Amino acid sequence: MVDLLLIAIKYSLVSNVVLSQFLGICAFLGVSKKSSASKGMGAAVIFVTVLASIVSHLIYVGIMSASSPICKALGITDGLDFLNTIVFILLIAALVQLVEMFMKKNMKSLYDALGVYLPLITTNCAVLGVALNNVSYGFNMIECIVYALGIGIGFALAILLLSYVRENVLEDNKDIPRSFQGAPIVLLTACLMSMAFFGFQGLI
Amino acid sequence: MNKYVERIYNGIVKENPTFIMMLGMCPTLATTTSATNAIGMGLSTTAVLVMSNMLISAIRKVIPGRMRLPSEIVVVASLVTVVQLLMQAYTQDVYSALGIYIPLIVVNCIILGRAESFALFNTPILSFFDGLGMGLGFTFALVALGAFREILGAGSIFGFQIIPDDFHIGMMVLAPGAFLVLAFLTAIQNKLGLPSATNGGQESSEFVTSGDVFGAFNQSTDAADVKEA
Repeated sequence: MVDLLLIAIKYSLVSNVVLSQFLGICAFLGVSKKSSASKGMGAAVIFVTVLASIVSHLIYVGIMSASSPICKALGITDGLDFLNTIVFILLIAALVQLVEMFMKKNMKSLYDALGVYLPLITTNCAVLGVALNNVSYGFNMIECIVYALGIGIGFALAILLLSYVRENVLEDNKDIPRSFQGAPIVLLTACLMSMAFFGFQGLI
Repeated sequence: MNKYVERIYNGIVKENPTFIMMLGMCPTLATTTSATNAIGMGLSTTAVLVMSNMLISAIRKVIPGRMRLPSEIVVVASLVTVVQLLMQAYTQDVYSALGIYIPLIVVNCIILGRAESFALFNTPILSFFDGLGMGLGFTFALVALGAFREILGAGSIFGFQIIPDDFHIGMMVLAPGAFLVLAFLTAIQNKLGLPSATNGGQESSEFVTSGDVFGAFNQSTDAADVKEA
């Protein structure tokens, strides 16, 4: 139990996915202009990360690892680990499409809230990163879910905080020097947030 | 100018993927902690980019329209796996320093961006040179940023100590330093009016996978706003 709590805290706060591992920077900088959009993006990333983590873990354990029933049946002693990248990226792309189609048909209200962000997530490196790290860290099913939740929540936290700063402080602020308006001041904000998140290092 | 040389010039100077197009920000921020890491990342991306551009251009006429993106992803992912295994075998140090960012070359927007905007419409040889130019431009930019951060943060360049320990700014090689360097880079571009995707001096790419990190998503977020209204 303590292990799981440590995983969750470590990956949501201490080594935050965006601010210290630089995964999902495009979405972090691109969708943080409005807090409403950030909320949607954050929720969509949490959802897809957890789902992709579960499915990729099942596929890895069931088909690709050296101790999986399929590899044993076919006599592949070294496993199929070298196919991880190819399988996981296709899996995530297909999964996102499937979720989008399913939501559109059966969960209209959820689709309205998250639908526009789903296609953007396919190329969010955080999702592929989680699927690959699950394998290299050797997590079991429960740990996979907690890890994915931690990463997702860390991403949502970072993007929400940045969007509030952008909305309330940076938008149309005349005090910002002209050459720093736009991208530079957003990156500086991210730099300060990243420094602030270093403070969590004492937690574990 | 010869059209092949022109592609290389275009990639390194005119449409430099990092400094001007602002593509592939994840590896740019994450792997420029030292000049050596930067060169490893840059060259492995170049290898993938050159081969993927050439292969995708070669098969561009036989891919059915609807299978275009999945086929491209399979080509890129296979090449990344090859590069990953080669690095694991021959450059163990760089491989372990770059870690997860090597397989993540698959989702680097420069690669799919070039495939979609160039390789699909040009011959394999021209695409090869386009990939080479873009890759070298990316490598050059990463090494410049990496060397800058390494000199300030660790007082060394390519591992050779040049500044004594007392004068290091440790933060520059940590996560905040990456954002700081990029913030000042874009600010200088704004000040001098240099072309860049972040200040509208360069047209941003229209790919969702890529483009100007600040502009590419505006369309979709605008769509969300319309829906809310």
